[in-house]
Amino acid sequence: MATKSTGGIEKTKSTEVKKKLNVLIVDDDPSIRRIHEMIIKTIGGISQTAKNGEEAVILHLGGASFDLILMDKEMPERDGVSTTKKLREMKVTSMIVGVTSLAGQEEERKAFMEAGLNHCLEKPLTKDKILPLIRNLLGA
Amino acid sequence: MQRQVALIKQSLFDQGYLDEQFMELEELQDDANPNFVEEVSALYFKDSARLINNIDQALERGTFDFNRLDSYMHQFKGSSTSIGASKVKAECTTFREYCRAGNAEGCLRTFQQLKKEHSTLRKKLEHYFQLARQAGPKETARRPK
Repeated sequence: MATKSTGGIEKTKSTEVKKKLNVLIVDDDPSIRRIHEMIIKTIGGISQTAKNGEEAVILHLGGASFDLILMDKEMPERDGVSTTKKLREMKVTSMIVGVTSLAGQEEERKAFMEAGLNHCLEKPLTKDKILPLIRNLLGA
Repeated sequence: MQRQVALIKQSLFDQGYLDEQFMELEELQDDANPNFVEEVSALYFKDSARLINNIDQALERGTFDFNRLDSYMHQFKGSSTSIGASKVKAECTTFREYCRAGNAEGCLRTFQQLKKEHSTLRKKLEHYFQLARQAGPKETARRPK
């Protein structure tokens, strides 16, 4: 079952509504989901999690949308490549970042990128790795 | 007591049980989530016990489906990397090399070593977190405001 961590909109003193970065974390590993949740929280974003690609697709079919999707590659039910392809077919325009432990496996990384990723990062994910992409996203 | 906790943690790094990724997790810990690292460790040990069980069952069958074993170990390695479990990660790498070489005996031997390292790390971290809780919050657990 997908889980949501916190609410999305906060008001500043000037009454201007400041939208928080809304992130979907898709990974079958519970410890990695928790780590990524915390990384997103510390950089001021909010997150939901999905245990596999199928849950991620179901969330989107239910009308959910995200600024950023962190996508694992190897997952049961539906893997990262299939999920990314499906989301792009569904016209999902979120930034999708693959997060994978495929160092040195260039062919597999290329296939993952070609599925529709915007970027691919190597595990373990850290704040330093994700921040430049988020700055880019918020600046766009 | 804080000093004892710090010494125990340092020894885990010095003896190669943990690497810098563990420190990355500690950097994420804050006042709102003071037990974050312990929480992540608990999730890791719970899920990795499941993976160990899957691999044990696969090896007991004796048929050695190296692709399936490699897939389990890929998952285990990714998980171990994310919490900084350095020795466990190294055994995962060795196991995967034996899978690729189709070396059943190597896989069995390495898996025994992996289980040993995993169990040792669990006990050492449980001891560390227990002491850390007794010692109370420390400055390094807080993020600068």
